[in-house]
Parts: sequence; C-alpha cells; structure tokens
Amino acid sequence: MRWFWFDRYTEFVSGAHAVAVKCVSLAEEHLHDHFLGYPIMPNSLVIEGIAQAGGILVSEHYRFSELVVLGKVSKAVFHGRVLPGEQLTYRVKATALRPDGAGVSATAHVGDRLHAEAELFFARLGEDSPVANGARLFRPTDLRHWLNLVGVFDVGVDADGVRLRQADYPLSETD
Amino acid sequence: MPSQEEVFDKVREALVDALGVDDDDVTPEATLQGDLDAESIDFLDIVFRLEKAFDIKIERGELFPQDILENTDYVQDGQVNAEGIVKLKERMPFANLDEFEQNPVVQNLSQQLTVQDMCNFVEYKLAKKE
Repeated sequence: MRWFWFDRYTEFVSGAHAVAVKCVSLAEEHLHDHFLGYPIMPNSLVIEGIAQAGGILVSEHYRFSELVVLGKVSKAVFHGRVLPGEQLTYRVKATALRPDGAGVSATAHVGDRLHAEAELFFARLGEDSPVANGARLFRPTDLRHWLNLVGVFDVGVDADGVRLRQADYPLSETD
Repeated sequence: MPSQEEVFDKVREALVDALGVDDDDVTPEATLQGDLDAESIDFLDIVFRLEKAFDIKIERGELFPQDILENTDYVQDGQVNAEGIVKLKERMPFANLDEFEQNPVVQNLSQQLTVQDMCNFVEYKLAKKE
C-alpha cells in the first residue's frame, strides 16, 4: 500500500488555500478490515489526507526547503460515514503562517454533505534539525514525484494567479 | 484596552480550544504543563490563538525565552545562574519568577507558568501596542 491519502489537487493557491479530492474505492485493502462486510473509509485516514493536503500547502509556503511536520490535530469532528464509490473533497485553508509553524483549518465533504471539520497544526523545524536528527523526511526527488502526482504544478498558482513552476523550488538531488 | 476579565475570558477560550480542557479547569492559578497537560507543541498553537484573539504579534521566544535556557552563559548544571535570572526577568516582566528563583532548575520554568502569567503576558503585549 502506498501512503497517498488524497488523489490530486483541483485547486492550490500558494499561502492561502487548496482543494483536493480522494476517491474511495472498494479495491483499497484496508476497507475490508474496516469493517468486514461493511467497508467504511476510516476517519483517521480522512485526517491523514487532510494533513497531507494541508502539509503540502504549508510546505510550499516554505518553498519546500524545510522540514514541516504535523504537530497536532487540535480539532477533528466527523458527521457521518464515507462509503466506497464516494469522493471526498478536502478544503484546506492556511489560518496562520509563521516562521516557526502554521495552522490549517479544513473541511471534508462528499458532494454537498459535510463529513468532517478539522484544525491542524504544523511545526516547521529549524534549518539544522534534519541534520541534527540525522534524517530528512523526503529525498527531493521523491517529494518532486509526489508533488507531480497530485498536480501541484498543474493547478497551483501564487497569490497573483501566476502558475507555480517546479524549477523555482529546490527539488533536485543536487540542491 | 480590554478589561482583565475580558483578557482572562479570551485566554481561557484559547486554552480550552488548544488543549481540549474544560472551562472550569482553566483557573488563574492553574499551571499550563502541570495542571492543563500542555506539551511543547501546544505552546505554538496557543501563541497562534492569542495572536488572533487579541490582534497582536508574538515573536518566537517572546512568551517563553528558550534561547536563554539553552545558553551556557546563563545555565550551569541544569540551573539558571544569577545572570540568567536577571535576563529572564528582563524578557519575562509579565511572569512572577519568585518561586522559580528558589529552585532555578531549567525544567521548572515551563512547569510553573500559569494561566495568570499568560493573561499578564497578553496585557503586557496590549499595553506595548498602545
């Protein structure tokens, strides 16, 4: 199983907000354990999808050059259940962007139906942290691959509406 | 400038939302880490909420001067020295450091920070803004 919990962005405005979709399929193995005979999309993975969509939004604000990690889920409220064949739409909005971290508020909808509301908090680790901890979370090429898969550079624009360009970020192995 | 009661109400709301505690748990004497179980990541969350609630800007290290506590000029054998105490008082005029001074072990500082200290901090920031 690959740890991709949303399929692609449909909207991405740098430093502001993004919209991402996740199609829930009966082909996903985990649904058959959750639950046997009654597959439901786990809400923990809804939060993971929101965190991924919001995390990339935050990380782009820091030019994809620093380690951004999910610090806490301040709020998570769920209103129902999501079944195979349904499509989740995650709307993530940056509520605070500071040098030391960022806040994101989010909703998940299935069509017009509100499924979840969440508030997340991301910590930006200092420039020396990856070295001090002996690891970086992503190789730049792996991150670039992910960003391309989910369409950051297909739909992403800056605050003036100008398309984001991959070449403007440190996403090659030599950077 | 909001009244002390208004400041307390908003600080309480920020702490309730950030820490998932009950309104009743947030008393002026309650310590953030000891009584309300705040962890280090929560302090950033709290700072965000205070900034929004009071329309103030809180710089990194302003509420909690971690840089002093990590500076070997001010800390020896896990204890803040006299020079460090002077520095802390300069940077934290909103906090009552009397108890900390009795036993200035670095870890004690964050553990002794109270809700009232947070209210004092906000009032200090609001006064500086005016």
